[in-house]
Amino acid sequence: MEKPRDVALFVTCLVDLMRPSVGFAAVKLLQDAGCTVTVPRAQTCCGQPAYNAGDEADAAAIARQVIAAFQGFAAVVAPSGSCAGMIKEHYPRLFADDPEWGPRARDLAARTHELVSFLRDVLAVEGVDAAFDGTVTYHDSCSGLRELGIKAQPRALLATVAGLTLTEAEDSEVCCGFGGLFCVKYPDISGQMVDNKAKAVEATGAGTLLGGDMGCLMNIGGRLKRRGSPVQVRHVAEVLAGMADVPAIGEGPGEGED
Amino acid sequence: MESTTRAFNDNVRRAIGDAGLRRSLDKLGHGFPVKRRLAAERLPEFETLRDEARDIKNHVLANLDTYLAAFEAKVTETGGQVHWARDAAEARDIILAVCRDASARTVTKSKSMIGEELAINDHLEAHGIQPIETDLGEYIIQLRHEPPAHILAPAIHLSKEQVADTFRASHDGLPRDRDLEAPETLLKEARAILREKFLAADVGLTGANMLVAETGSIVLVTNEGNADLTQTLPRVQVVMASLEKVVPTLEDATTLLRVLARSATGQEQSVYTTFTTGPKRAEDPDGPDAFHVVLLDNGRSGMVGGDFQDMLRCIRCGACLNHCPVYATIGGHAYGWVYSGPMGKVLIPNLIGMETAKDLPNASSLCGRCEEVCPMRIPLPRMLRDWRRRQFAAGQTGIIARWALKSWAFWARRPGLYHFFADIKMRSLAAAAGRRGRFRSMVMAGGWTGSRDLPAPQGRTFQAQWDARGGKR
Ligand code: SF4
Repeated sequence: MEKPRDVALFVTCLVDLMRPSVGFAAVKLLQDAGCTVTVPRAQTCCGQPAYNAGDEADAAAIARQVIAAFQGFAAVVAPSGSCAGMIKEHYPRLFADDPEWGPRARDLAARTHELVSFLRDVLAVEGVDAAFDGTVTYHDSCSGLRELGIKAQPRALLATVAGLTLTEAEDSEVCCGFGGLFCVKYPDISGQMVDNKAKAVEATGAGTLLGGDMGCLMNIGGRLKRRGSPVQVRHVAEVLAGMADVPAIGEGPGEGED
Repeated sequence: MESTTRAFNDNVRRAIGDAGLRRSLDKLGHGFPVKRRLAAERLPEFETLRDEARDIKNHVLANLDTYLAAFEAKVTETGGQVHWARDAAEARDIILAVCRDASARTVTKSKSMIGEELAINDHLEAHGIQPIETDLGEYIIQLRHEPPAHILAPAIHLSKEQVADTFRASHDGLPRDRDLEAPETLLKEARAILREKFLAADVGLTGANMLVAETGSIVLVTNEGNADLTQTLPRVQVVMASLEKVVPTLEDATTLLRVLARSATGQEQSVYTTFTTGPKRAEDPDGPDAFHVVLLDNGRSGMVGGDFQDMLRCIRCGACLNHCPVYATIGGHAYGWVYSGPMGKVLIPNLIGMETAKDLPNASSLCGRCEEVCPMRIPLPRMLRDWRRRQFAAGQTGIIARWALKSWAFWARRPGLYHFFADIKMRSLAAAAGRRGRFRSMVMAGGWTGSRDLPAPQGRTFQAQWDARGGKR
C-alpha cells in the first residue's frame, strides 16, 4: 500500500506554547522519513480539557474546527498520544449520532496518528540518524499506552540512537498524576502520584527521562526540579531527531547558576 | 452506612498524612497487580474469557426480569424464600423480621458488601441482636468500628501491630502481655474466639457472589471458609444480594469464577467456592432449616438502560482498586462510603446521589488502568466522564473551573487571535522566567506549584516560528 507522505502536523497546544522545539523535531523526523509537512493555521487545541471536564458543547465546537482544518491530508500527526487519542478515540464518540460530522470525525480518526507510532507502524522507519550520549528511562503516558498501544515503538527507535542506553523504571506504565485539570483540582493526590513517579525515575539512575506527552513531562519534570533532582526531562522526539541540544524541560540557559 | 463522601478533600488530606496507610497501600499496589498479571499470562484463553464474562452479564442485564423470576421460582421450589427489597430500609426490616422470627440472639455474618450498604450490623445491634463478623478482616474492623477499606481486603489499611492492639483491647479474659507478634498467632486467637460464636449463632447472614437462575443456587467464594460455617451451622440462613448478581446457568457461573479469582488475587480459584441450594433436605447431614434470600435493588434497576448499565456487570473482584494510582494514594476510606476505587467512583454517585459524591468522578486522571484490567471490561473512565458531563450540564462544575474552561474555549475557537496573543504571552513568560527556565510559584497556579515547579515556555510559539520560517500552510 502507498505510504501517506502528505502529512499535516497537529502541533498540540502544549508544544505550540511551551516547547516549540518538539514541533520542529517532529517536522525533522517526518521530513527525514520522506514526508512533506504542512501546518494548518486554523488549529489551536484538540478540545480535550473541555471534553474531560464534561463540557461537550465546547469540545465539539473545537473538534469541528480541527476536523475542518485537517481535511484532505493523507495523514495527520501529533507529537502526543493524548491529543492523537482524543482525535482517534473520542471525536468519533462525540459525533456518534451526528449524520454530518460523524463520518467526517471517523475519517479524520482513521488518518490521525501519534508521531512515533506513525514513524514505526505506518512508515516502517527502521532507525534514526541521531546520537545521544547517556542513559535514559522512558515514561509510558496513559493515553498513548492504553488508547493507542504505544509501548514498543519509541523503544525500538531509541535503540537505534547512537550512544543511548535505555533503562526501564519500575511502574513505567503507572500514571504520573497529570491528568489535565486533575492535577490542579486535586493537587494533594496528584502531588503524591508525581512524587512516586519522580522517585521511580530517580531510582533508575538514568540521567534523562523521555516521554511522548508534554503534559506528563512538564508534570514529572516540574516535580523532579522541585526535588532538586539532576534528572533532565525531554520529549522523545527531541532525542530521535538529534535535537536535544536545547535546555531540558524546566531548565533555562542559566541552569546550575543559582 | 453514613457517607463521608462530601468531605472527600478532608479525607484525602488525612489519608495522605497517614504513614502507616502509605506502607499498606504500597504493599497492595505492588503485590496484587503482579499476581494478577502472572495468573492472566498462565491462562491463554484469559482475554477470551473476559469477553465471554462481559457477554454473559450483558445478556443478563437485557433480561433481568426473566432471570430474577426464574431464580425466585427455583428458590421457592427448593424450599427457600425470596424477599424483594426496594431500598436499604426495606432490606433491613426484612432481615430483622427473619431474625426475630428465629428468636435470634446472635447472628454470624460472612463478608458482604451489601451488608455494608445496608449497615445491617448497626441495625441488628440497635435491636438487641449481636452480629459477629467471621471474615478475619471484617472481624478486625468490626472490633474497631471502622468501615472496610477495600472491597476484598477490608482491613488492608492496618498493620499487624494495629491488629494486635485491637485484639488486646477487645478480647477480655486473656493475659494482656501475651505474645501477638506473628500473624499466625493473631489468626489462632481470632479463630478460637470465632469458633464459639459459630456454634452459638441462631442465624447465619451471608452475601452472594452470584445467584444462579437455573438452579436457585447461591455461589459464595472465600479464602477462609468462614462463609461455609456461617451458612451451614445456624438454623436459619439469610442471603443478602443485589439484583444484578443473577446469572443464567451454572456454566455461566463457572465462566465468571474463572476470571474472578485471577483478577482479584491472582489465584486460579479461591480456596473455598460453595454452591448452596435451598435449606437442608431430609437426606442432608447439615445445613439450615430455613433459607432466605433478600434481593436488594437500592437504585440499581434505575441504572438499567442508562449510561451506567455497564457498571452492573461488576463482580467485585477489586482489580480496579488494586491497579488504581489514586486508590493507592488515598486508600479506601477517603471515598467515604461502602465502595472505593474506580468502581466506587462510578457506583457511589449512582447509589447515594451525585450531589453528595460530586468529587468522586473528578478525582481521577482518567489513566485507564482500571478498564485495562477489569475482567468484565467495564468502561470505567467513560462513565467517569459521563458523570462529569452531567455535572457540567447541571451547573455543578466549580465556578473557577467553569470560567477557566470557558475562556480557554473562547480563545481556542479563534485561531487567528489565539496565535497572535499566545506568541506575545509566551515571550513575556519566557522573559519573566529568565535564565532559570521555570517558576517556583505563580499567581493562580498554586494547584500546580504547591508540589512542582512550573516549566517556562521556550519563547516564541511554534506557530509564530513556522510563519517566520515560511513553513508550508
Ligand atoms: S469494576 Fe471491574 S475490576 Fe472493578 S471490581 Fe468490578 S469487576 Fe472488578
